[in-house]
Amino acid sequence: MSYTFQFGEVLRYWPLLVQGAINTLVFSVIAMVAGLAIGVVGASCRISSSRVLRAIAGAYVEVVRNTPLLVQLFLFYFGLPALGLRLSTSQAAILALTFNTGAYSTEIVRAGIESIHRSQIEASTSLGISRLQTFLHVVLPQGLERVYPALASQFVLMMLASSVVSAIGAEELTAYGNRIQSENFRAMEVFFVCAAVYLGLTYLMRVLLAAVAYVAFPRRRALGSV
Amino acid sequence: MRTFTSHDILFLLQAARWTLALSLLAFVGGGLGGAILAVGRISRVRALRSLASLYIQVVQGTPLLIQLFIWYFGISLLGADLSPIVAAAIALTLYSSAFFAEIWRGAIQSIAKGQWESASSLGLTRFETLWYVILPQSLRPALPPTVGFMVQIVKNTSLAALVGFVELARAGQLVNNITFQPLPVFACVAVIYFAICFPLSALSRWLERRTHGHRQLVRGT
Amino acid sequence: MAIVNLSGVRKSYGALTVLRDVSLAVERGAVVALVGRSGSGKSTLLRCINGLEPIDGGEVVVDGRRVEQNEASLRQLRQEIGIVFQSYNLFPHLTVERNVTLALSLVKKMSAQEGRAVAEKVLSQVGLREKMAAYPEQLSGGQQQRVAIARSLAMQPKLMLFDEVTSALDPELKEEVLKVMEGLAREGMTMILVTHEMDFARRVADQVVFMHQGRIHEQGPPSRLFAEPETPEFRQFIASTLN
Repeated sequence: MSYTFQFGEVLRYWPLLVQGAINTLVFSVIAMVAGLAIGVVGASCRISSSRVLRAIAGAYVEVVRNTPLLVQLFLFYFGLPALGLRLSTSQAAILALTFNTGAYSTEIVRAGIESIHRSQIEASTSLGISRLQTFLHVVLPQGLERVYPALASQFVLMMLASSVVSAIGAEELTAYGNRIQSENFRAMEVFFVCAAVYLGLTYLMRVLLAAVAYVAFPRRRALGSV
Repeated sequence: MRTFTSHDILFLLQAARWTLALSLLAFVGGGLGGAILAVGRISRVRALRSLASLYIQVVQGTPLLIQLFIWYFGISLLGADLSPIVAAAIALTLYSSAFFAEIWRGAIQSIAKGQWESASSLGLTRFETLWYVILPQSLRPALPPTVGFMVQIVKNTSLAALVGFVELARAGQLVNNITFQPLPVFACVAVIYFAICFPLSALSRWLERRTHGHRQLVRGT
Repeated sequence: MAIVNLSGVRKSYGALTVLRDVSLAVERGAVVALVGRSGSGKSTLLRCINGLEPIDGGEVVVDGRRVEQNEASLRQLRQEIGIVFQSYNLFPHLTVERNVTLALSLVKKMSAQEGRAVAEKVLSQVGLREKMAAYPEQLSGGQQQRVAIARSLAMQPKLMLFDEVTSALDPELKEEVLKVMEGLAREGMTMILVTHEMDFARRVADQVVFMHQGRIHEQGPPSRLFAEPETPEFRQFIASTLN
């Protein structure tokens, strides 16, 4: 074992690494926001009285949860052009990540909504508030607050899993890492540095998500439980 | 260029055996590692606790793909050439062990403190208490998430495709390269994954309902 | 004309019949106490009045309009009827002020300013003006129940329903809620309440309705009813509430 680590060989590519980290974060935040939106709609479908909507949302969740993200990515990136829809690598990456996150969010949000007691709906509709408004102002905010920790850890998992989009050459941290190691042949150092950057992104995401909770859930702030 | 035929499906199915084999390796290896780590996490020795915790934080805080690249590309630079399957098996084992450790620690800690206290007041050592009293009880809560994580393992083996190991996902890529029919090819790949994963998911859900009477939140990708 | 008119109301859950042919008229400004053992159907009856429980037969008419199970007409109806529940059912994620103003802004389309003015008024009425910024779980049970009353009052209902609103409260907290309710009665609010507080019913109600096995078994002004109960069931019931 006469290998000498030369991290300098990697660190001089720092602008690329920074750009990669930013791109990973951008992909993740877009997928997170869009995935949560899908999650809310999907959860509404899962608890709707329409059998068709329930079946569609249920099938979506099962398909996503039981197939690898990588295969989903291939279907979007290689498969959609066959249907005439050509996507850039970034578009395919964001689409696959959103599609994936949406399914997990659907189940998490659904659990949150179902945890809200019927009496809350009764109290709200008894004031003349419509069912849709009741859902948006009474049930959903409480449901999201309750499952927020699960959503947050799901989002961090997704950010880390987003490294697989490098497989289609989407420009993010892992893809840049690959590019650097193909130039300097310092794979060990490159991926160690990448790992460290991802670790930093993990903590950054946790801080960001905690900040979002702080703003989004004033009650917990008031009670000092954030 | 040729069309996607039943031969290709057969090829995919054969490749799926490697997916299963790799999953099994990761499950067994990850299970062993996870058990050791879980014990470390609840150890009374502070250094062991911190060490296990640090390991778990690093593994859960970095992408599996990067860990795989380190084993595959990185280690070869140190002179030990790892074949793709060995690199994948090591990476998946180490990755899974961190998750199993957390699942099982949660199950162990879900057992009421009174069980520890009453066992130790009967004169059992800490290890005896763990082995005869706590572990048998934690089996029930531990089982559903353990089976649930097996689904994650199966899906995670697809990353081995990215270091060139011909399992199911890589086989799909190869077939696609010849046939240029990505939609049927990858749909077929997805169906095979689904056929492996869905029964595990369903089993996990059934166990959960039996254990808790409700479903727990599944996270993953 | 009566503000609430129930005629021949029937209701069952599967094989269990909870209301058998109940008819009742409540005059404007009246305070009606529904009493009876648990399971006698009094809460169900109350919940039929604002359509929380769909009925299987008969008819409920409130303020000249038939209560129907369609969303638009129920929404209209419920703006006229306040209801307060045993378990308060405040919105835990909203401040006291927002609990009161939510329906004002969503249903009555009031501006934030107008809503705030109404909230100040109704919260003063229940003696909790200083708690505007608090969250429900920072309040005692009695305070939460008073906020729930204020939340209903803010909609300026023509009728208030109270469903065992003091049952979940410790004795010392009951009083503060009952005092608020008594004040409302004095101001002429039409009130229908399901209650176990016999002293309160005796003192405040204009009419007491004793329910037994899904029927109105006996009714009349409390002075007469409590002094000379006609049926053995009511006599027994009164005796059982004395201790």
